[in-house]
Amino acid sequence: MSEIHAHTVSFVRDSMLPPAPPPEKEAGVVKWMRANLFSGPVNTALTVIGVMIVWFLVSHFWDWFAHSVWHADSLGECRRIIAETWGEDARGACFGVIRERWNQYIFGFYPPHLYWRPTMAFGLMFVALTPMLFAESRQIRRVVLVVTAIVTLWAMVALNAPAGWLVFAAVVLIGGLALSEIRPSSLLVFSLLYPFLGVWWLWGGSLWGPIFVLVGPLLGWLAFRIIGRFSSILASIALIVVPVLFWIFLAGDAARDAENLLSLSITPVSSDRFGGFLLSITIGVAGIALSLPLGIILALARRSDMFLVKSLAVVFIEFIRGVPLISLLFVASLLLNYFLPPGVTFDIILRVIIMVTLFSAAYMAEVIRGGLAALPRGQYEAADALGLDYWKAQRLIVLPQALKISIPGIVSTFIGMFKDTTLVVFVGLYDPLKAMSDAVRANIAWKGIYWEPFIFVGAIFFIICFGMSRYSMYLERRLARDHR
Amino acid sequence: MSETITRDIDRSQMQVSDEVAIEIRNMNKWYGTFHVLRDINLTVHRGERIVIAGPSGSGKSTLIRCINRLEEHQAGHIVVDGVELTSDIKNIDKVRSEVGMVFQHFNLFPHLTILENCTLAPIWVRKIPKKQAEETAMHFLSKVKIPEQADKYPGQLSGGQQQRVAIARSLCMRPRIMLFDEPTSALDPEMIKEVLDTMIELAEEGMTMLCVTHEMGFAQAVANRVIFMDQGQIVEQNNPHDFFNNPQSERTKLFLSQILGH
Repeated sequence: MSEIHAHTVSFVRDSMLPPAPPPEKEAGVVKWMRANLFSGPVNTALTVIGVMIVWFLVSHFWDWFAHSVWHADSLGECRRIIAETWGEDARGACFGVIRERWNQYIFGFYPPHLYWRPTMAFGLMFVALTPMLFAESRQIRRVVLVVTAIVTLWAMVALNAPAGWLVFAAVVLIGGLALSEIRPSSLLVFSLLYPFLGVWWLWGGSLWGPIFVLVGPLLGWLAFRIIGRFSSILASIALIVVPVLFWIFLAGDAARDAENLLSLSITPVSSDRFGGFLLSITIGVAGIALSLPLGIILALARRSDMFLVKSLAVVFIEFIRGVPLISLLFVASLLLNYFLPPGVTFDIILRVIIMVTLFSAAYMAEVIRGGLAALPRGQYEAADALGLDYWKAQRLIVLPQALKISIPGIVSTFIGMFKDTTLVVFVGLYDPLKAMSDAVRANIAWKGIYWEPFIFVGAIFFIICFGMSRYSMYLERRLARDHR
Repeated sequence: MSETITRDIDRSQMQVSDEVAIEIRNMNKWYGTFHVLRDINLTVHRGERIVIAGPSGSGKSTLIRCINRLEEHQAGHIVVDGVELTSDIKNIDKVRSEVGMVFQHFNLFPHLTILENCTLAPIWVRKIPKKQAEETAMHFLSKVKIPEQADKYPGQLSGGQQQRVAIARSLCMRPRIMLFDEPTSALDPEMIKEVLDTMIELAEEGMTMLCVTHEMGFAQAVANRVIFMDQGQIVEQNNPHDFFNNPQSERTKLFLSQILGH
């Protein structure tokens, strides 16, 4: 400042300053620790207390983990091995139960010679998901699909899958990988078909069932196109009514006739054989896939100008959010049968999926409504001013932005819902956490084992939920377009 | 007066035809019980460049937002390009695709690139093939002098650039009428000029324009009519020369003395 004198304010810069690099940051572990752990007396005290708590926990559990036994056929044998190896007073984990009963935690009571079917369904699910989850990164798709292919085929061989199906899985996996490299968008056809194939692989029976379920919406769409020439309202009604009528009156008989004509059956497996993570993941994946679109529709309905649509959405959301999930599950398992005509039953897992979907859709709707409300009004106005109609404006302008804002909330809802699938224990299904562990403990060999199954099941839940959480962070980063 | 208009205006294309572009008759609008627009009568001919001025809250933005039905009027008639604006959705969409609008805060779509911003409506509303829509978009982006920004996102551009993109986005729909709602009010002084230059070029090509603005230099240089509004009414309208040099009503005189006084 020496060139500016106290009494002269006039100043002209004769050369502009070039940009200079920022000063070097002080680095090093000591510097970091001083700044983050020991910056003052309070912080230092907190650091010390924190270290003590961690030490207390670790020192308590360390022995137990370190003395764990993996090779044992009963809890008694475990205890004997621990006592022999580490002394009479030693405590130790008995993970032998996981080694012996892992298949029940994963597959429930699914017939062991058919374990390969859910395994294949799970593996091929990634072929259906990657074009949606990683639409913009060929490299991530490649890694995911290669890993999936190796693991799935290895697991299917290990589970004695028939050669024909092994070849089928290999063709889908390798074909999926090839398509993901050349034309990823064409893989979406497989994503669309997957729910029907997945149901067939899990429950078995005739392929004609899922095929005729799929025919319903196709007929609806056809009716929509034909009637749409005369009246758009009638066409929208037909879009919904035609498939429903088809399913109720025609689909069942048609599937039976087709099956008689050309049998496309695999061994059926009934819902009461499902259990463990097979059950949780089936309900969770179906619930996630269905509740997102339903949540979007509810959120849009709640913001609608039409009184009836808005009221219905509000009543639905507030009612569902106002009751515990367990009460809805009880309705699904007990009360629904009273309302259905005698002789009509429908699958307990399907009923549970419907209830779980409705439940999380109500939460989803509120999360998405938050995202919609966060959009500046100008976005809606700009879309209107360009002549986009309501649905195009929602689809192209509003929802992409609102959903991006809502990603953390949406994924939280997914995670919560996936964990809530353990509540199906209350309607007699074998969830991995409680019912499956009880089933294992019912055997005299494993009577009294509690911690180890909980830790195992908890670890798997954690891996899946943490994976979802990391994916949501990846998605947020990928969609960040603000550059501010 | 404003120094932002520095160049000569080419008036060869600026011809007002007899054809009526917008006809507003006895139009009234209320927000709840508040009477925002009172008995508006206005006929706009094709090729006219109208500047609407007035104090804030006088209803000038509301007026032009009624023309593409971003706001609904409760009484009277608005006919745009021969189509009357009623609650009929089909008519509204038709009018909106013929009338371009530029907003104070640009309202670009932040999740789309500049090019996608410009091609979205042509592709989805006009059903123009993507390739052709992109060519049109590049044409108009070149016109507003930022073709090199086509692959960036709106958040990476300056305010003036964003507003020019917004103008290009509207032009891609090949509108017959352009509405400007305070297009320069949110901009730094250095950026106002680049947006005004774009608007002047548009006027020189004979576009029918309605512009709510406080840029009186623009009004003098380009407009063929200036409308002054206060309390939801049209208080005075005249050609710019007489409007600025010989205002009739006391309210107009007061307004002009306040905005041109220093």
